[in-house]
Order: sequence, then structure tokens, then C-alpha cells
Amino acid sequence: MQPVYEVHKLSKYYGRIRALDHLDLALAPGKLVGLLGPNGSGKTTLIKIGAGLLTPDQGSVLIGGMAPGPATKAIVSYLPDRMALPTEMTTKDVVSMYSDFFADFDRVKAQEMLRDLHLSDSQRIGSMSKGTQEKVQLCLVMSRAAKLYLLDEPLGGVDPAAREYILSTILRNYSEDSAVLFSTHLISDIEKVLDEVAILRQGKLLLHDSVDHLRQEKGMSVDEFFKEVFRC
Amino acid sequence: MNWNITAGRPVYVQLIEQLELAIVTGEYPPGSRIPAVRELAAEAGVNPNTMQRALQDLESRGLLQSQRTSGRIVSANQDTLHTLRVQRAEVYVADFLRQMHKLGYTQEETLELLQKATFPTVSNTKEES
Repeated sequence: MQPVYEVHKLSKYYGRIRALDHLDLALAPGKLVGLLGPNGSGKTTLIKIGAGLLTPDQGSVLIGGMAPGPATKAIVSYLPDRMALPTEMTTKDVVSMYSDFFADFDRVKAQEMLRDLHLSDSQRIGSMSKGTQEKVQLCLVMSRAAKLYLLDEPLGGVDPAAREYILSTILRNYSEDSAVLFSTHLISDIEKVLDEVAILRQGKLLLHDSVDHLRQEKGMSVDEFFKEVFRC
Repeated sequence: MNWNITAGRPVYVQLIEQLELAIVTGEYPPGSRIPAVRELAAEAGVNPNTMQRALQDLESRGLLQSQRTSGRIVSANQDTLHTLRVQRAEVYVADFLRQMHKLGYTQEETLELLQKATFPTVSNTKEES
């Protein structure tokens, strides 16, 4: 099966810093993959390259067989690691904006999710707390019927109750021909719902394996494994 | 049903164990239909692919049977249920004895304690799910 997201010998430099260093990674359709790694290991860079926001210095990137560009942006749903919605808009406005921008956006689904999370239609983005802004942004991103979801820290500032709702939303919404890649540090919260984990260390792929295989082989949870590998 | 996935062991192994237990204890009695994969996965908070893998394992051992259009039903017969119950009991006993051993009890002392202990009399205490 053709991978949804495939990078080959991918490198990206910020001056002398190697953010990604000859990285090879392929995501199969139907998989929910956790992108793990310590701070500065290249997670956000990898996600931004997939979203078409950064260009690689070396190597190749294919999304559904295409190089990043307008055509891939139509099939990639990207959640940035910071707030990127216009602060003067209300929830209702941003729903309309997404529906104008993305052909695969399901307005009804977005409204349902916003309602479930008790988010008001008329509140301005700028007047929301950080966690609430993140929830709105995630509702929008998950309401698209994309081929590839790139979620950068979707759970960071969100309370535990909403976290559970968001995880089950991700589980319910991804389909067999789409893949989800999401970066997070909350490993113990999410490892049960993942198919696979990809762990980065200093821009290189340390490991890409199924969660159950890793648990079986190492006799510990992914969380414990991570702490052992990256002990400070 | 009550799911409890712990760290350290593969998730699908734990799902298999807990589904087996639900079948043995009659939570899913023979002939009954079990919920759909996605529903079970959401309930347990696990990935649907992992749940699917666990269900397929039970299916391959004849405990569940796939109905072409209407999901899965519990197809375990009384013999299989009996075997499973015995296996499970042996696991519990071995586990109990290991812990008693850790506490420094001998076999005799343990048996003596067991003789004195009272077995729960109300057998149909239904657990809330």
C-alpha cells in the first residue's frame, strides 16, 4: 500500500543546527502514529515540512505520492503548535472560514464537536483562554476529511476531561485510508490509542514500531521506555 | 464493561484476557451479540485496530463467531467455557500462592488460613458496569 506520508533522507538545517538529519519515515494508511522525542528533536520541523510550511534542505517528501504544494494542502489537515486563528473572529466566523478554505470540511461535524465541548458560537477567539482556543482549533482540524492529519501537540494545554473527548474524537474520525501523526509529550495518556510510535532523537529516527510490539519486546510501556532512553 | 489496561504488557493481550473474562463470567453469554469494534474500542479507550486484533484472536479460537452482516456473537460452548474458567482459576491461585510465599507463608500455613476464611455466600452479586 502506498504510504500516506513518506520522507526519505530528509534533512533540515537552521544555521548550523541540524533539526532533521537524513530522516526516513513512512506512514501507512489507517494508522494513528505518535511522534515522540525530547524538546528540540525535530518533531515540529517534520510536521511543518509535511504541512508545506517549511522546505527541506535535502531529501524527498511525498504526501499521497505528491510533493508538498497546493494539492497536498488540500488533503493535509494541520494543527499548529500555537494559536493560528484570527483573534478578532468568533467561533462562528472561523467555522465559515474553514468551510470556505477546505472542500473536505464538514461544517455539521464541527458544530457538533464545538457543542459537545460547550464552546460558544459567538465568543471571540481573542477572549478565550489558551486551552479553549486549542479546543476550537482542534475541532476545526478534525472536522476535515483529510488523508493526513498532522497534529502538533494537540493535547498540551487542554484539561484531562477534554483530552479524553479529543482522543476519542480522533479515534472516531480517522478512516482507514487516512493517517494521523501527532506529536506529544503526554505519552502515558495516549499510548493505548496509538497504533505506532515514531521516536526522534536529534533529528534522527530512533525507533518506529507498533506500540504492542514495543511493549512486548521491552516489557515496559512506551512511557517507561521513553524515560529510560532519555534519562537526564 | 470495565476495562483496565495497565502499563508494561501489550494492549491486545490485555484486551483478550478481559474479553475472555467477560465471556466466562456471563457478561456476554453464549449466543449474545457483542458490540461493534469501534464501540468496544471507544469504550476501552484503545485503538480500533488493536481491538480488532483481539477479537480476531478470540474468533480464531472459536470463542466468537463473525456473522456476515451483523457483527460478532459469542459462540463458545459449555466445554470451552469450562476450560477457560479452570484456566483462569489456576492463574488466580498461582498468583495468590506467589504472594503468600512473598509474605513468608508456608503451604501449610496458607492452607490453614484458607480453611478459616469464609467464602462469599451471595453468588449473584452483580457488578455494576
